[in-house]
Amino acid sequence: MSKKRMIHAINDTLDSEMAKDPSIVLFGEDVEISLFGDTRGLKEKYGGERVRNMPISETVMTGMAVGAAAVGQKVICHMMFGNFMYTGFDSIANQASKLRYMTAGQISLPIVYMGVFGGGRSSAAQHSDAMHPIFMNLGGLKVVLPATPADAAGLLRTAIHDPNPVIFLQAAGRGGEMGEVPDGDFAIELGKATKVHEGDDVTLVAIGAMVRPALKAAQLLAAEGIGVDLIDPRSLVPLDTDAIFRSVRKTGRLIVVDEARDMCSAASHISALCADQCFEALKAPIRRLTVPDVAIPYSPTLEKAILPNEGSITNAVRTLLRKKSLAVEV
Amino acid sequence: MTVLCEDTNFSSERLLGLYRDMLRIRRVEERLAKDSRAGNLPGPVHLYIGQEAVAVGVCANLTDDDWITSTHRGHGHFLAKGGAADLLMAEVYGRETGICRGHGGSMHVADFSKGIIGANGIVGAGISIATGAAWAAQLEKKGAVSIAFFGDGAANQGVLAEALNVATLWKLPVIFVCENNGFSEFSPSNTVTAGNIVDRAKPYGTAHESVDGNDIVAVAQTASRAIRRARNGDGPTLIEARTYRLHGHVEGEQTFLGAEYRLEQEVSDWRDRDPIPALASRMIDAGQAAREDFEHIEAEITEEVARAVKFAEDSPFPDPDAQTANFMFA
Ligand SMILES: Cc1ncc(C[n+]2csc(CCOP(=O)(O)OP(=O)(O)O)c2C)c(N)n1
Repeated sequence: MSKKRMIHAINDTLDSEMAKDPSIVLFGEDVEISLFGDTRGLKEKYGGERVRNMPISETVMTGMAVGAAAVGQKVICHMMFGNFMYTGFDSIANQASKLRYMTAGQISLPIVYMGVFGGGRSSAAQHSDAMHPIFMNLGGLKVVLPATPADAAGLLRTAIHDPNPVIFLQAAGRGGEMGEVPDGDFAIELGKATKVHEGDDVTLVAIGAMVRPALKAAQLLAAEGIGVDLIDPRSLVPLDTDAIFRSVRKTGRLIVVDEARDMCSAASHISALCADQCFEALKAPIRRLTVPDVAIPYSPTLEKAILPNEGSITNAVRTLLRKKSLAVEV
Repeated sequence: MTVLCEDTNFSSERLLGLYRDMLRIRRVEERLAKDSRAGNLPGPVHLYIGQEAVAVGVCANLTDDDWITSTHRGHGHFLAKGGAADLLMAEVYGRETGICRGHGGSMHVADFSKGIIGANGIVGAGISIATGAAWAAQLEKKGAVSIAFFGDGAANQGVLAEALNVATLWKLPVIFVCENNGFSEFSPSNTVTAGNIVDRAKPYGTAHESVDGNDIVAVAQTASRAIRRARNGDGPTLIEARTYRLHGHVEGEQTFLGAEYRLEQEVSDWRDRDPIPALASRMIDAGQAAREDFEHIEAEITEEVARAVKFAEDSPFPDPDAQTANFMFA
């Protein structure tokens, strides 16, 4: 174990995998100097052929990733901000997610499209989206959102060697967060949720950057005698439904905290699955704590008001539990 | 006696081979046209009839280790690059024995074992994929090249500009082959395309040539120069091949188009420049072949197409219970 910042956990993982496997290539805008620091130093180590700065050309970039992967490279395509994945969306949506299926499995497509997502830093509407639901809906992509340095390292290592396209989203502005990271070739299977906090009263499923405020909320509520079962799915495709269902059957209550806009969010999907599969166990309506269907605003007061946070999560839990007691009184 | 082509690569044997490859495409597609009219095909087909010299002339310079990407009008590229007629036919018929086991269809025929990354339903998409495959080829240093076939309509996709820029900058072994057949769907090129497409290479300093796309020898020679440059590490070329599609944009278009979009006279003028009989008469005039040579080839192709049709007709449709959703992920 060693204590590392999130960004160093990612950088170390890219480094150790590129050292071992010469078929891994990495490209993107300014990956050489590295805006976030996650790809810093790699060009010096692995050369300008394997680590390449791209022109600002997202459309060709996402398609080049498909072409290079289809003919045998393991490709890491750094999109910088996740919002720029929209600029390069065509080849992700029409090619990467479908090419293997359309050709009846003739090829595998080992691609990691990575980028940062989410708000909280006044980066405003075009640099703050949580775009994971869009990718979940495409069918042929894996979608990974690590919440801690250890998960970032373990999930990225798996993603790089996954024979399928993976969307790897790091929470924006959280690269400096510290955490213990196991040493060596530490990998985490995709589709395995982690239990972040144990409790019997309510299940919280928190996604990506929402895990940290959810944990704080769980700790605060524990002091009040409210037991929160907090689950971080870590990957949304594949999704560890077993872990979620098990918890919901235990607690009978579910709140999903997701930084995406509410409509067709990961939260609405997980809620629908639990309504289908855990209906008998539910003691209260399922709640979603999401972002309203608006663009992410710039001014801190406006932005803070729409992102789920420790306070809104604690309130949601208290309200849900009160609902139950009211129902019992009636 | 004038010899048709001074280049020793163009022996009469070689030219007869090119003739055979063009005729195979023609007869396969004439059969598909008939099938389409008869309602025997599950989906739409965009036929390549009239443009055969481009695919065959370019692919004559390639091996199975080179890559091509193609378009919605992709049967010709598939066959010219060595794809099998029976596997193509079965795919377009939607059968289990098709090259993509009925999962792709006419617009997605691909055979990676032959270097055919595939046809594409997204106009212009192959441009970025071929650029990525060329990057992989450059990394592998085995001298492979990749070809992006696309139409004049696709040249108006922004991705062409992005690809010309990065491919030239990185000296990628890719050849952009624009088949200017005069129409972008139903819009005459001059109503949607400014300037000359081949000139779009100039601002990037990309090598470029334009060629009579109905002259197989000229196409083969032009492609050969571009491919040699690419294999030598001298970067990409944009080739504009002027040609004409003798059939509609999509088979059966007369049934839904309210108006004519081209003159019968124009079609018949281009029919007089049909690349297939043109090669035959040039060879006969030059004393390089006799009528019987072509009759012989015609008989062989007729038999090959009949076998392909029978193979397709005798094949079962895919079984919806066969768990082929597994093709989504490797
Ligand atoms: C991205 C995209 N836009 C529009 C279409 C619809 N469409 C299919 S073929 C075509 C025309 C393409 O023209 P061109 O590239 O010249 O190829 P051609 O059909 O002449 O071979 C259009 C507009 C499409 N398939 N994909």
